[in-house]
Amino acid sequence: MQQVFKRPKSLKDVQTHFCPGCHHGTIHRLVAEAIDEFGVQKRTIGVASVGCSVFLYSYFDIDVVESPHGRAAAVATGVKRARPDCFVFTYQGDGDLAAIGTAEIIHAANRGEDITVIFVNNTTYGMTGGQMAPTTLVGQKTSTSPYGRDQEKDGAPLRMAELLAQLEGVAFSARVAVNTPKNLMDAKRQIKKAFRYQVEGKGFAFIEALSACPTNWGMSALAANERVGNELCAYFKPGVIKNNAEL
Amino acid sequence: MSKRLFVKGNEAVAMAAVEAGCRYYFGYPITPQNDIPEYFSRVLPQLNGEFIQAESEIASINMLLGASATGVRAMTSSSGPGISLKQEGISYMAGSELPGVIVNISRSGPGLGGIDPSQADYFQAVKGGGHGGYHIIVLAPASIQEMYDLTMLAFDLADLYRMPAMILADAVVGQMKEPLVPHERPETILPDKNWVVRGKGDGEQRVVKSLFLGDGELEAHNWRLHAKYQELKERECRWEAFETADAELVIAAFGSTARIAKTSVAMAREAGLKVGLLRPITLFPFPEKAFAEVTRSCKKILDIELNTGQMVEDVRLSVAKDVEVCFYGRPPGTGSLPTPEELFEQIRKHY
Repeated sequence: MQQVFKRPKSLKDVQTHFCPGCHHGTIHRLVAEAIDEFGVQKRTIGVASVGCSVFLYSYFDIDVVESPHGRAAAVATGVKRARPDCFVFTYQGDGDLAAIGTAEIIHAANRGEDITVIFVNNTTYGMTGGQMAPTTLVGQKTSTSPYGRDQEKDGAPLRMAELLAQLEGVAFSARVAVNTPKNLMDAKRQIKKAFRYQVEGKGFAFIEALSACPTNWGMSALAANERVGNELCAYFKPGVIKNNAEL
Repeated sequence: MSKRLFVKGNEAVAMAAVEAGCRYYFGYPITPQNDIPEYFSRVLPQLNGEFIQAESEIASINMLLGASATGVRAMTSSSGPGISLKQEGISYMAGSELPGVIVNISRSGPGLGGIDPSQADYFQAVKGGGHGGYHIIVLAPASIQEMYDLTMLAFDLADLYRMPAMILADAVVGQMKEPLVPHERPETILPDKNWVVRGKGDGEQRVVKSLFLGDGELEAHNWRLHAKYQELKERECRWEAFETADAELVIAAFGSTARIAKTSVAMAREAGLKVGLLRPITLFPFPEKAFAEVTRSCKKILDIELNTGQMVEDVRLSVAKDVEVCFYGRPPGTGSLPTPEELFEQIRKHY
């Protein structure tokens, strides 16, 4: 009998701490598949950030440096400059990358650091209990926007994939979702493409992956998955925004 | 290598770092330390190294964290306000047991303060300037030669104890020019860096982190760090004792202030007063035993600093019982650098 589905080599055989219906696990898997397919596991250094994504090292069987909150792109810069032979990626949430770490991501991107950034956007601070994030949608209620995000006071949600695509140093920028089989397959293609950029030394590549956070959205796993399709994808449109080398 | 050069203290730091094998520098402009990044920006590209002028001090210290996690020798430098920004990263480096050299050519504060020499960053440097409770190695050079020698030592100590090391100097020692005899890095036996991330290859996964959530893990980690600080106190204290053997009054001062005080001590000796100088070279670990020893015979210490009194607290904790510790301070700012005559007056007053 032919085995058609198995755990990627780069993922450990352990249970994750992620809540039921969270997309982190799926995105982890896609990243691990890309590591395996390019055969870079042995020379990969991951940079973990703060929040639900910090436990990267518990799930990926790769070397990992843990970064302070928001600083992953600066840490990855130091790692990659010192070890240009290594495959270096960061894995960051929306509070981490788009609020406290805005300076670090913009400047690492602008320098065109030869790294890959996986940005998981679930429109909330997951680990700290569902506070308003820089990507929280207008009107969305969170524990610190109990009346809904007010654009007058809080500004509009940041579209990081488009914002970073403006920068000369960015070679590839795409937004993906993993809420449907079709989107999942496309996400896999784009993540592989982002990896290819670094493998071939073609520059900074950015993936924004939309994710559900059923726990902090106060929804069932199914309803949260649907919200990704209905609400998140309406404001944060999936697609390739920049593909310099046409990979 | 034995040629005598005439260089600035800041340049001596950069030259020593290169000689010590540092090929990675990350920094951000701030007066009065700009000679350091400027030197590295010229030299490192020619040595296959990397110089990055980062977007902030926060980014610089995190680039240092990342580079250091791969095992290379790397450094950053700044001055007071920038060092404040680096404290987050220094805490993470201390927690992750990462070596790395941080240079503080300190200026006056608080806040924007001014650009004059200051020793008001003593507390921040030696008491763990960031969150969570930790120490880093702190070395205080008083001459251009020491800027060179102690920078080299800082890299070795950082690697030996797997922790950040700081050069705490000020605008006097950073900007002053003085003869320097550069030399090769002294041979030191250092432990293998068998903890660095490198891509796991066929080996075991390696993780550099400061998050410990398992039952009892973080407590054990803290006690282990504490034991390291105790070991430093036992093995790495450095100080200069000048004319202390028969002294009835001993001056305690570090860095640039100690230089001025040394002249005042010589003036006092000429005037027939038995005065000495005890200059801590390591501020952490603080040379407690040297103060305990000197105060077995001398019952009076005059601590002098360019602040309102910081190191004096450590001096008080270190001296023998019933020793009087006096303090003379010149808080930082334009015109606040004392003259030898001024300190001689203080000696007369307290003798």
